[in-house]
Amino acid sequence: MSGFTFSEKQEKEITGILSKYPFKKSAMLPLLTLVQRAERAISPEAMVAISEKLDCSPAYVQSVMSFYTMYHAEKVGKYMILFCINISCQLNGCDKLLEHTAKKLNIKVGETTSDEKFTLHREECLADCTNAPMMRINDTYYGDLTEQRIDQILDSLD
Amino acid sequence: MTQILFKNINMKDLHTMKVYEEQGGYQALKKAFAQKPEEIVEAVKASGLRGRGGAGFPTGLKWSFLAKDVFPRYLCCNADESEPGTCKDRELMLKNPHSLIEGMILCSYACRVEIGYIYMRGEFHDLIFNMGKAIEDAYAKGYLGKNIQGTGFNLDIYTHLGAGAYICGEESALLNSLEGERGEPRMKPPFPAVEGLYAKPTVINNVETLCVIPYIVNEGAEKYASMGTEKSKGTKLVSVSGHVKKPGNYEVVLGTPIREIIYDLAGGIRDDNNLKAFIPGGSSVPMLPADQVDVLYDYESLAAAGTMLGSGAMIVIDDTVNIVESTLRLISFYMHESCGKCTPCREGTRWLYQIVEKIMQNKGQLDYIEKMEDICDNMNMKAFCPLADACVSPVVSSIKYFRSDYEAYFKNTPVGSV
Repeated sequence: MSGFTFSEKQEKEITGILSKYPFKKSAMLPLLTLVQRAERAISPEAMVAISEKLDCSPAYVQSVMSFYTMYHAEKVGKYMILFCINISCQLNGCDKLLEHTAKKLNIKVGETTSDEKFTLHREECLADCTNAPMMRINDTYYGDLTEQRIDQILDSLD
Repeated sequence: MTQILFKNINMKDLHTMKVYEEQGGYQALKKAFAQKPEEIVEAVKASGLRGRGGAGFPTGLKWSFLAKDVFPRYLCCNADESEPGTCKDRELMLKNPHSLIEGMILCSYACRVEIGYIYMRGEFHDLIFNMGKAIEDAYAKGYLGKNIQGTGFNLDIYTHLGAGAYICGEESALLNSLEGERGEPRMKPPFPAVEGLYAKPTVINNVETLCVIPYIVNEGAEKYASMGTEKSKGTKLVSVSGHVKKPGNYEVVLGTPIREIIYDLAGGIRDDNNLKAFIPGGSSVPMLPADQVDVLYDYESLAAAGTMLGSGAMIVIDDTVNIVESTLRLISFYMHESCGKCTPCREGTRWLYQIVEKIMQNKGQLDYIEKMEDICDNMNMKAFCPLADACVSPVVSSIKYFRSDYEAYFKNTPVGSV
């Protein structure tokens, strides 16, 4: 019994996901991702629902969930900003740009704005090093960042 | 300049089935299906192709290690591309997804695999539609599915997303992750070729490696082997980033001088500064100082210079940089990404971080460098997977070549800053 239920559309998606694997448990990350993207967080209740789909214990789901950085126990903002701070971006001045972004959003790195619009995270290499400095907002990569470009990008998001 | 992978990379709509086929795409299947699977394995062996993900293991040999007569077998394409500095696989999947699918079909035919997964890092969610569409089109054309081109050979390919863990690029951690577990590396042996995904024989190859296979089947192993050096055959994609005027992914024939890569292809150092150091194969390999810029870019020459070709990420650092700062950033990365399973890695990365941080706060003591070397000695080759070794690389090499950058802190006069 869990207080979380998948929507009809999600149930269909889950059937499709499960058909890709000979063993159910392989659908663990896809299901966690499905919930994270829909709810912007993975609640204990959702983990119970996932465990029922995969025929494993909720504790097991949690042990996997807590291992991966893209899953969040606490709700993240509508726009998840992952700001790359690894070496190629560091060499291209990402530290100052990250500071600028945090200041613009009036939050500390790791926090979410009070209107739940933006979450700002420091991120390790995102594999777009030739466009450094770069960040990823939700599914979109933004490279060759400058303070002006960051302002423009953030201002353009509803 | 010889181009195999990047020959048409910027051609409009290359990612579509139509344009890919017009460029000769999927022609290798006909050639392959006229041969026995073993002949393809032999051709890949003869081509001298080595794994482009980092370890550089001979690809054909890897395929030939699959446990005999054990089925089903699996193919996992490692598209977890997370090695700092590396962004070539992203470009390949974005612009030429069909070359990867064709390579996977050829590999699967050669290795008698019927299910292939493309394990992509979670952050590549934007590519899933791209790759997914290409896979869908390949099914529609009968290049995937049941009884492909009337040969009786079946193959399904699926994409699978990770969720933010560098360690999942390590092949056994990738398998655990794909099985729905925490991405912790497995003890080897058994190697994946014997007991891999779901404890069945499994081939794991990097995106770039698989994208080369159609060329080898089309043009022949000899032609591929005619490029490069005696032991490093063919071409390699190099992601040049950092302080260069024209950062980008470039395809070079193995054995090209590093000077050419940095100064000709990537346009030289920004602001016409001087080169201070470069990391030739992604952050996990030892850095080299500027005076080694004439080393040739191939597996053996880089090994002789005390480093590795790795994933082919050339990180270029100019003389405004304090190497201690860059090294701390890399240690921080490995500390964050250590899965925590093995003590030398889990604790060692943290100790190194604490020491270098103290040095940078001018609280270091003269024996700190010795302590760092001692910790590195106790980490290197002492964990299940090479993550600990990877953290040791920048530390030991930065001390070896840029000791004065560390010592400046003890004298209270740090050099440069990013």
